[in-house]
Amino acid sequence: MTVDFLIDWFAAMGDFPVIAFLLAVIISGIPIFLIMALNAIVAVYVERKVSAFMMDRIGPMGQGPGLHAGKWGLLQTAADAVKLLVKEDTVPETSDKFLFKMAPYIIFIGAFMGMAAVPFSSVLQVADFNVGVFYIIAVGSIGVIGIVMAGWASNNKWSLYGAMRSAAQIISYEIPAGLSIIVPIMMAGTMNLQLLIQSQSGTVWGILPNWIIFNNPFTFIAFFIFFISAVAETNRTPFDIPEAESELVAGWMTEYSGFRWALFFLSEYANMFVVSGLAVAGFLGGWQSPIPGMFDSAGWELFWFMGKLILLIFVMMWFRWTFPRLRVDQLMHVCWKVFIPIAMFNIFGVGIWKLIFG
Amino acid sequence: MGIVQGDQMILNIGPQHPSTHGVLRLEVRTDGEIVSEIKPHLGYLHRCFEKHSENVTYEQVIPFTDRCDYLASMNSNFGYVVAMEELMEIKVPERVDYIRIIMGELNRIASHLLALGVYGLDIGAFTPFLYMFRDRERILDMFELTCGARLLYNYMWVGGVSHDLPKDFEKICIGFLDYFEPQIKEYNNLLTYNKIFIERTADVGVIPADVAVSYGVTGPNLRGSGVKWDVRKDEPYSIYDRFEFDIPVGEGQFGTLGDCFDRYWVRMLEISQSVKILRQALKDIPDGNVHQALPKKIRPPKGSVYRRTESPRGDLGYYIVSDGTPVPYRVKMRSPAFTALSCLDEVSRGWMISDVIAILGSLDIVLGEIDR
Repeated sequence: MTVDFLIDWFAAMGDFPVIAFLLAVIISGIPIFLIMALNAIVAVYVERKVSAFMMDRIGPMGQGPGLHAGKWGLLQTAADAVKLLVKEDTVPETSDKFLFKMAPYIIFIGAFMGMAAVPFSSVLQVADFNVGVFYIIAVGSIGVIGIVMAGWASNNKWSLYGAMRSAAQIISYEIPAGLSIIVPIMMAGTMNLQLLIQSQSGTVWGILPNWIIFNNPFTFIAFFIFFISAVAETNRTPFDIPEAESELVAGWMTEYSGFRWALFFLSEYANMFVVSGLAVAGFLGGWQSPIPGMFDSAGWELFWFMGKLILLIFVMMWFRWTFPRLRVDQLMHVCWKVFIPIAMFNIFGVGIWKLIFG
Repeated sequence: MGIVQGDQMILNIGPQHPSTHGVLRLEVRTDGEIVSEIKPHLGYLHRCFEKHSENVTYEQVIPFTDRCDYLASMNSNFGYVVAMEELMEIKVPERVDYIRIIMGELNRIASHLLALGVYGLDIGAFTPFLYMFRDRERILDMFELTCGARLLYNYMWVGGVSHDLPKDFEKICIGFLDYFEPQIKEYNNLLTYNKIFIERTADVGVIPADVAVSYGVTGPNLRGSGVKWDVRKDEPYSIYDRFEFDIPVGEGQFGTLGDCFDRYWVRMLEISQSVKILRQALKDIPDGNVHQALPKKIRPPKGSVYRRTESPRGDLGYYIVSDGTPVPYRVKMRSPAFTALSCLDEVSRGWMISDVIAILGSLDIVLGEIDR
């Protein structure tokens, strides 16, 4: 379901281009929003349970359908969402009120726009661009404006620290992420996500699926650099220094509560979804089946894409509950002195590989 | 703090902050992330322990000692009763000595587990904290079995202990130790040898041995700087001279001697040594009455005593002055966490805010004991 399809469909009904465009955008925006909300609710529940099992706890067991008190805490996140919505939404007296109220929406818009280009299957994609990869990377960095805005407007020293750290971190890690996503673009020769995924059909080395990650050693390394940089871009442990709980209380989110905070939360999980989606599309064959030629009907495509994406999100959760947090200078060291040189070398290596092997 | 110049900023860490280990306020002068001066503000948890003690009888002081170092109440009790017995020249039955050492070492393990787990939390690792709390819980269960309380025990009395050990305590305790010893390896694999953890702690917050000594830093913090000083070994009290155990000191294995990692690592090694003491004590514990030497009314002779003991945080000293009445004339507590905190300013200058949190965590302070 693409926007273009809807626009064409409305255009066929009559000659009202503006109305047709607006209707198409709104109709295709609703499922994105639903996916975002559903993603946050499911991911928060899963994160709670995953962290609980990793920590030898049982996690939420209260709210949920059942005969008595409820089972497995299935509705815990829903209850939390309701709590956040009815909670008092405080705006500090000394804050810059306009920017303070503005910031959550900018962060949300960044995440929301990224979701539009995620290729769920060969037909399920809201907007199919010819520059999809570039688009996701670009809108992904809108969020940092909102973060700096939130940190500055809060008029709180902790928020300011969090915002400055976050800006430095996200801008720095976009470079290795961008440099390593160039590798699949070089391999496939396109920035269109659908074409990128289609180029990954068939097999490589005889048995492995022809995913870009398996194509050659350089792409293999590029995947890991991209994935780690993506984790850093979403501000998750071990790169959660902008909101480092034990240092900065809650970083740039310190002064936020209620619905505005919920928007931050929603955006964080949506960002995880988008960067994992890009990693899956760029390196792990997108909606292609891991067994070439089998299980590749339309339903299976969605299954494979979501399966790979959930696996990556699980790995992010695994990171979070295992690793300590880096210090801000160590973070920059890893980015500028390790990842960027390797990513540069990778581009060079892939170029030569393509030249020799085709 | 003086005038703030140029790019500098005064930042208040606390009193409400996740990593101040209680209600401590640090007034930090920073230039960006770099810290140039720290001024700790104390007293948010001041409960007049020493003044209170001058108005209650000697037995009634013991529950107050619980509330000083609430993470190692047994060791707080221990110091006080040992000092009192020295003042009154009482000899306690052997079983009492053994029970006290078992309880003291169990509480040392519990306290170190909390210190290490919370240190992981300060660095950003959540899971080790929960693992260590899980095991600490079993120690608290044993305390509950013995004296009914889980945090503030009021267990050791002058001349004895409040309750004898419950039936089968030895078996339960050995069972716990057998379960617990392999867990230490798990902690090490999960946290200690983690590359990020080492990066964050090694070479950070170095306390050289001479600085540590001149500030009066004691306990694992001093031993982390490579000074082999442990009251249990060097000035043995109770029956610590009967047990075989080592005093682990820092070696600077991943960085400089006396860094945060060394202080962390000394605590980890001390847990194993406590297990060793516990095994010996549980093997040799004699039968007997635990109330035998208990005086009906405590009325020490005129005089004074200063006795220091090794609490999980260092030299815990009690200075008790008696004027012959049932009420102490003066009780002074020498708090190891207080002296440890005093060197924070010198140690953390020039480090980043994240490092200040790491250094503060590695000192393992308990505000109940600092403010008293």
